[in-house]
Amino acid sequence: MTYLDHAATTPMVPEAVAVMAEAMARTGNASSLHSAGRRARREVEESREGIAGAVGARPSEVVFTTGGTESDNLAIKGLFWARRAADPRRTRVLVSAIEHHAVLESAEWLVEHEGAELVLLPVDAGGRVRPEVLRAAIEEAPDATALVSVMWANNEVGTVNPIRELAAVAHGHGVPMHTDAVQAVGILPIDFAASGVDALTLTGHKLGGPYGAGALLLGREVGMVPLLHGGGQERDVRSGTLDTPAVLGLATAVQKAVADAPRRAAVLTGLRDELVSRIRAIVPDATLNGDPGTAVIDGGPSRLPGNAHLSFPGCEGDSLLMLLDAHGIECSTGSACTSGVAQPSHVLLAMGASEAVARGSLRFSMGHTTTEADVAAVVDVIGQVVERARRASAGATRRRETAGSA
Amino acid sequence: MSMRVLAALSGGVDSSVAAARAVAAGHEIVGVHLALSRTRDALRSGSRGCCSREDAADAARVADVLGIPYYVWDLSEEFAEDVVEDFVASYAAGETPNPCLRCNEKIKFAAVLDRALALGFDAVCTGHYARLDGGVLRRATDAGKDQSYVLAVLRADQLAHAMFPVGDTGKPAIREEAARLGLRTAAKPDSHDICFIPDGDTRGFLRERLGARPGEIVDAVTGEVLGAHAGVHGFTVGQRKGLGVDRPAADGRPRYVLGIEPVSGTVTVGPGVALDVRSIEARRPVWCSGTAPDGPFACTVQVRAHGGTAPAEVTPLDGPEDGVRVALAAPLRGVAPGQAVAFYREDPAGDVVLGSATITATA
Repeated sequence: MTYLDHAATTPMVPEAVAVMAEAMARTGNASSLHSAGRRARREVEESREGIAGAVGARPSEVVFTTGGTESDNLAIKGLFWARRAADPRRTRVLVSAIEHHAVLESAEWLVEHEGAELVLLPVDAGGRVRPEVLRAAIEEAPDATALVSVMWANNEVGTVNPIRELAAVAHGHGVPMHTDAVQAVGILPIDFAASGVDALTLTGHKLGGPYGAGALLLGREVGMVPLLHGGGQERDVRSGTLDTPAVLGLATAVQKAVADAPRRAAVLTGLRDELVSRIRAIVPDATLNGDPGTAVIDGGPSRLPGNAHLSFPGCEGDSLLMLLDAHGIECSTGSACTSGVAQPSHVLLAMGASEAVARGSLRFSMGHTTTEADVAAVVDVIGQVVERARRASAGATRRRETAGSA
Repeated sequence: MSMRVLAALSGGVDSSVAAARAVAAGHEIVGVHLALSRTRDALRSGSRGCCSREDAADAARVADVLGIPYYVWDLSEEFAEDVVEDFVASYAAGETPNPCLRCNEKIKFAAVLDRALALGFDAVCTGHYARLDGGVLRRATDAGKDQSYVLAVLRADQLAHAMFPVGDTGKPAIREEAARLGLRTAAKPDSHDICFIPDGDTRGFLRERLGARPGEIVDAVTGEVLGAHAGVHGFTVGQRKGLGVDRPAADGRPRYVLGIEPVSGTVTVGPGVALDVRSIEARRPVWCSGTAPDGPFACTVQVRAHGGTAPAEVTPLDGPEDGVRVALAAPLRGVAPGQAVAFYREDPAGDVVLGSATITATA
């Protein structure tokens, strides 16, 4: 198998598996006062410190959650509620047009149920939110702006946003900023304090940790209304008995990924560039979507190192995916969707792509297990796969044109 | 001979067992769920359609159990254009369309089949109740479930790449087989009605798309105007209920819709006996064998999805407009323009489908 869908989920690192397996055999509620509880609490707090140290946050700024979706929901809704409670005029939610559905749908929910006004921040052709765009959007009604959310790196096309600059723009108007950094943590240099953002989403299963474990990094001074009520375990911002084994697995994976990031980023950039250039040698009209990755943003590359998102004119992404799957190559047409229906990517559409281009795209995403052999496997079959997918689309077009003229 | 087969999985029991049988026959199977609508409900409601996400999830689960790959193909645009628009236009023209038939003709055995063939498949397999052997399409063994009528629009080149593995079995046995195989679709209710009208309110669906198109309801016998209606799309030839006419007929017998005039919007109603049809004209004949008959032939015709069969003589018409004239040996009721007339040759091994055409006029 050639697994090139690491942006969907990446294999757990063995160290995380080991630490979780051991922890699952132990008992102890981190909120209990006896020795089993104390041991669990020590493990949780050591994990909190480990994560904080790896991403430039203070331990008290790490709020454990069940992952990216919960962290995004908490950030968008919790910030909105807190900001509006402090000043009822604050109803504008400024969110980039290329966000993950966990952010977009949370914002939409606020529109439908809380009277929020959603402002979608446009992106440039590379998929990036320009600071002047954010500034202009805030300045339309700064006093009415509740929050800003712009993802650190896009999950589909890999484009990195200038988060420090964007946060500075938001703070210039006293508006808090959240960033969904699930694709960025563990591969890009992330420093929560230096970035200036008020809230940052990270999740385990994108960086070698477990599913169902993540965190929201939340600045100490940032007002936040909880989503989940109960024992108030996490700073009164999030309730629920902590999943000690998952927290340990998450912390192990975050620290390992961050420590290894410089080396891995260089390796993946090399493999990614090789994959793209060899595909384009075989399929000359294939185009790379998103930022070329040659610039530097906040001390890191301007594109995720392991991301190759390509459009193949005249093909349906669905057909390409199915044919590659039959050759044992696992990739994606974009972000997975609950119904499994391939919608044209909202990210590509926001970047100005046509619906046809959006439908004819594939994402190959690499990670810590990717090797030269994976690149070779794609290169071996991509020519015949694209040719066959083109025939399938051309047949459908011909048939429809014939039917239309009849 | 092992073939590469695309199994269309609706998430229902019939297509589940069809795919299971194709797997058991040694073919290389890939499961595909057709997404025919982009706005999908999370859960299936009642007995309608196959387009909820629950149906897609059931289809995926069946594929998992069978150990075959599974994908969703978005055919929503093609379906909207070729089936739903056609359905609405047909009603607007005073006809009574059969969208399942159109879906087989334009989607399952056209858009899907073409794409499958281009992608390297040899055939498309569905859960329709019909038998197909050596290019010869026959009624299912279970007469109550027989769906050969909605497949009678398929040409020889389409049938050459079709597979209907459940046509030789009755429905209860199919459910038992699904249960035995551990398929979660085993006890799922049958789907009825029109899949793209999830609430079953066809009139409401048409009203939304066609607006109010008022007209008169006229007594065919006396010529008297009996009332008004909001649109011809609310009526089907042979319909008795919901006419909105409060005055009884002179003879006290029930009135039926006899005819629909789409331009003036006039709906004529009259006694049931006037529904008797002895002659049918139909356009766009399709011949399953691939060759048109060279002259009149005797056969059995069927004029709607369930029931409505009679012996007849069919005469292919020459001229610029392809068509056929059907002389019925016994009168049939409920023959509506827009429906298909399917031609069958009686056969002890299962009646053979010869072809079909779309009804344009009756007398």
